[in-house]
Amino acid sequence: MVDQIPALLVLAPLFGALLVALIGHRDHRVCFPIALASLSVTLIGAIAAAQHVFTNGPMDYFVGGWEKPLGIGIHLRIDALNALLLIAIATVAVLVSFFSIRRIGEKNAEKTHYFYILFLLLCLGLFGITIAGDAFNLFVLVEVSSLTSYGLIAMGSSRRGTYAAFNYLLMGTVGASFYLLGVGYLYLTTGSLNMQEIHAILGTNPEIAESKAVTIAFIFILVGIWIKMAFFPLYGWLPNAYSYCPSSTACFLAPLMTKVSVYVMIRVMISVFGLEWVFVSLGWSNLIVVLAVIAILAGSVLALAQREIKKMLCYLIVAEVGYMVGGAWLADEELWGLTGSLYHILADAAMTLCLFLAAGIFVKSFGARDINDLDGMFKKAPWVMAAFAIGALSMIGVPPTCGFFSKFYLIRGGIDAGHWEFVAALLISSLVNAVLFFRIFEIAFFGNKPAEGHDHGHDDHEAEEITIVRNEAPPAWSGLFPLLTSAVIIVLIGIFNGPIVALIRTFFEELPTVTLLHSTLTLLP
Amino acid sequence: MAEFIHENIEPYFNYWVYVIIMMIGLWALIAKNNLIKKLIGLSIFQTAIILFYVSMGVKEGATIPILDHHGHEIAASEHRLFPEEGDHDSGHAKPAPDHGKSGSPDSHDEPGGDHGHAEAHHSNPDLIANPLPHVLMLTAIVVGVATLGVALAISQMIFKEFGTLEENEIMEEIKSSASDG
Amino acid sequence: MLSKVFATIAVAITGSILLYGVSDFPAFGDPHSPANAGVPGSESVSLYFIEESYKDTKVPNLVTSVLADYRGYDTMFETVVIFAAGMAIFAILRVVGNKEEEVSREPVENSFTNGDHSRIIVGTTVRIVVPVIQLFALYVVAHGHHSPGGGFQGGVILGASFIIIALAENLNAALRRLSEQNYVRLAVVGIFIYALFGVMAQVLGRNFLDYGVLAPLLFTDGPEMARSHSMLGVEVGVAFTVTAIMFAIYANLSSRGQLEKGL
Repeated sequence: MVDQIPALLVLAPLFGALLVALIGHRDHRVCFPIALASLSVTLIGAIAAAQHVFTNGPMDYFVGGWEKPLGIGIHLRIDALNALLLIAIATVAVLVSFFSIRRIGEKNAEKTHYFYILFLLLCLGLFGITIAGDAFNLFVLVEVSSLTSYGLIAMGSSRRGTYAAFNYLLMGTVGASFYLLGVGYLYLTTGSLNMQEIHAILGTNPEIAESKAVTIAFIFILVGIWIKMAFFPLYGWLPNAYSYCPSSTACFLAPLMTKVSVYVMIRVMISVFGLEWVFVSLGWSNLIVVLAVIAILAGSVLALAQREIKKMLCYLIVAEVGYMVGGAWLADEELWGLTGSLYHILADAAMTLCLFLAAGIFVKSFGARDINDLDGMFKKAPWVMAAFAIGALSMIGVPPTCGFFSKFYLIRGGIDAGHWEFVAALLISSLVNAVLFFRIFEIAFFGNKPAEGHDHGHDDHEAEEITIVRNEAPPAWSGLFPLLTSAVIIVLIGIFNGPIVALIRTFFEELPTVTLLHSTLTLLP
Repeated sequence: MAEFIHENIEPYFNYWVYVIIMMIGLWALIAKNNLIKKLIGLSIFQTAIILFYVSMGVKEGATIPILDHHGHEIAASEHRLFPEEGDHDSGHAKPAPDHGKSGSPDSHDEPGGDHGHAEAHHSNPDLIANPLPHVLMLTAIVVGVATLGVALAISQMIFKEFGTLEENEIMEEIKSSASDG
Repeated sequence: MLSKVFATIAVAITGSILLYGVSDFPAFGDPHSPANAGVPGSESVSLYFIEESYKDTKVPNLVTSVLADYRGYDTMFETVVIFAAGMAIFAILRVVGNKEEEVSREPVENSFTNGDHSRIIVGTTVRIVVPVIQLFALYVVAHGHHSPGGGFQGGVILGASFIIIALAENLNAALRRLSEQNYVRLAVVGIFIYALFGVMAQVLGRNFLDYGVLAPLLFTDGPEMARSHSMLGVEVGVAFTVTAIMFAIYANLSSRGQLEKGL
């Protein structure tokens, strides 16, 4: 039974979506239970898979039983690299499905079931991306997740959201096409689409690995994924798309889409090209770390300029993507940078979820979109604000939240690799986050200074969005439950950072090239 | 110049063409002001990738990847639209040593029964085009159609809400409504 | 103007990188290139398909066997992509009830909708042609094992037959034949059929989409024919979904989500 889990992870959301499509339009109340049931199945499956992976080693699943020769069929793989990410996706999906209960259906009640169909298909796409062991299959599932997210963003009622979805669609399709082109170059030179097989061919045929076509394949795959993850110069689609879409959509997309793309980048670096090829033959690590430093600084500065909470969080995502890309490319001897990057995928998913949920509740219950609208929020909604504070402290990097530990590992990698500019950028970004969030705390705790008043002059409010009534209703349990859970998860990931990092690092033991390359690879102290 | 073309472009003609088509699409995608023109650029862009993939699977003189009922390639002339167009040069330039094509495709044996027969004779894989890029591109075409459909729906929505599909007018509209609000 | 400059720079950089790589490629049409014949030391996937897939599946059309069996998982999600696109379009466009104050959408008076003679010609032609199109679509779906064709192609043709009705008469005429409820059902059933073949294999103790094990259920005498029959089954499922979604996309786009008069 356990060996069927990889198929189960994609089938459960698929059947959920089909069921909602079939009966959801009659009674919208059945949508949520179906979604919750199928997502719970995936959560249980993901946990079971992780347990299996960490006790028995990686799970390989050959769809259709086409195992030999490698690459004729589709290969799914769960190993130490993606097992924890699967749990993270499933957890975020379950929590967001709670959050979506009341939120969706307020403006477009008749479209509730479409939301759940797209939501479940998006989960399917993310699970499929994560377990894919075939380079082309990854493209297909990237498209599943992209198409559904275009739909989810555009189905909100704000017209800026519609336009943002269009831009996202253009950028996203170009990114996916670049990825496809890169895979084509790899197929042209190696004759295979299976990641393991490509890796083996590149490892045994140095003349292929050094060819121009393989380098260009890597460039296009990398740029394609960078567009998808909104790495700094290519981030243009993200802030508008995430801040003008419905809250429950933002709460799901923001924690997961960019993180899964970062995972894909790391997967391609390790499992397709191999770290030795990426770090030694190509040797671009210095250049890309510098790009990441620029991304971190630019994201922080742009976030500082925003007055709208969601926009500010969006630019912080851009900075966080810089953390992860930079960490993955540090190329330090003991791979602490890569470890930190993988740990930060989990940590950032939890932090972003918490902050976006809180921002969603501010809008929903208090009509507060702007930083200044948070006036006295500690008194009005102490629980929401407390969870927001935990998320914010984690963004700043205060122990024992997970944000501190991910920065700790990233900085350790940066010091080992001698990339002091990266270390400095991380510290500056922490500082900027501190300024940002303490400004919010001040407003929420002590109230607004009269001088700043209700300065809506340069807001980007849409006429129709302003009509949200400031009913100041207490937040519903469906919002509070996922929010508080995510805050607890932030602390838990932080406290249990040692075991989590140990689990992540079991993956590096399995890598023959790395042990060859870094003979000094040691596990946790 | 002629030498350059002969050495670098002629053997890779399809690959040059695909790059050029792709760049036309990319240029339209970025530079055009009208959203529908951008979408046309996007479609051209995606189609160029299809050309690239299909070019990879080409084998000189090979026929379509459909076998006869004994597991061999169908003789080139049977499947060409214009058999007189010198396919005897290409199709039989590298004849398979044990071609076993004597049984005409019409002689349907029981499909389960001719297993051993199919194994006894090997067809020449050089005469059958590579099926894998075709399969991949069937997927990519479908994905492209799906993306285009969603993009048209979104642009229809944009037209309903902004009353225009020109990018600069939409930007102005957004700016003016932002300063009003 | 700025965007044109930017576009030119982007195109120049991307194009020159791509062309730089071209000189490294194996020659066009080389049957022994890595893509066509693999690299030394590893088994070529493409040669495996050419040499072995007929023995494995008894399907002469290699593209069909690779599409629906070896890479059947891809194809299933390709169908899901179509389904997701359909659902996304409904979510974006579909207007339930007539909430918006739409400009009067009287059909434009022109020779096609008004002039009796033209209408007779177009209507009669469509009436004659549609059954032929639909029959041909079924042939394309069913004959995918032996000739170019299969679920996607046949589904698109079948969807086109409904679209031509909508073009010749009006959208309602087409919706009378395939209503909104029914096309959503059809799309769901299509994917369900596909997934069912996979799940049945799991129930019988093999991996997802391992059709060979379905032999007893399909009354065939070996895994090869079971694969062949299952492929036909999943192609039918694909055709259902594609038909439904193609028509649904047209219906929603042409009527701005109102599903009323159409163009």
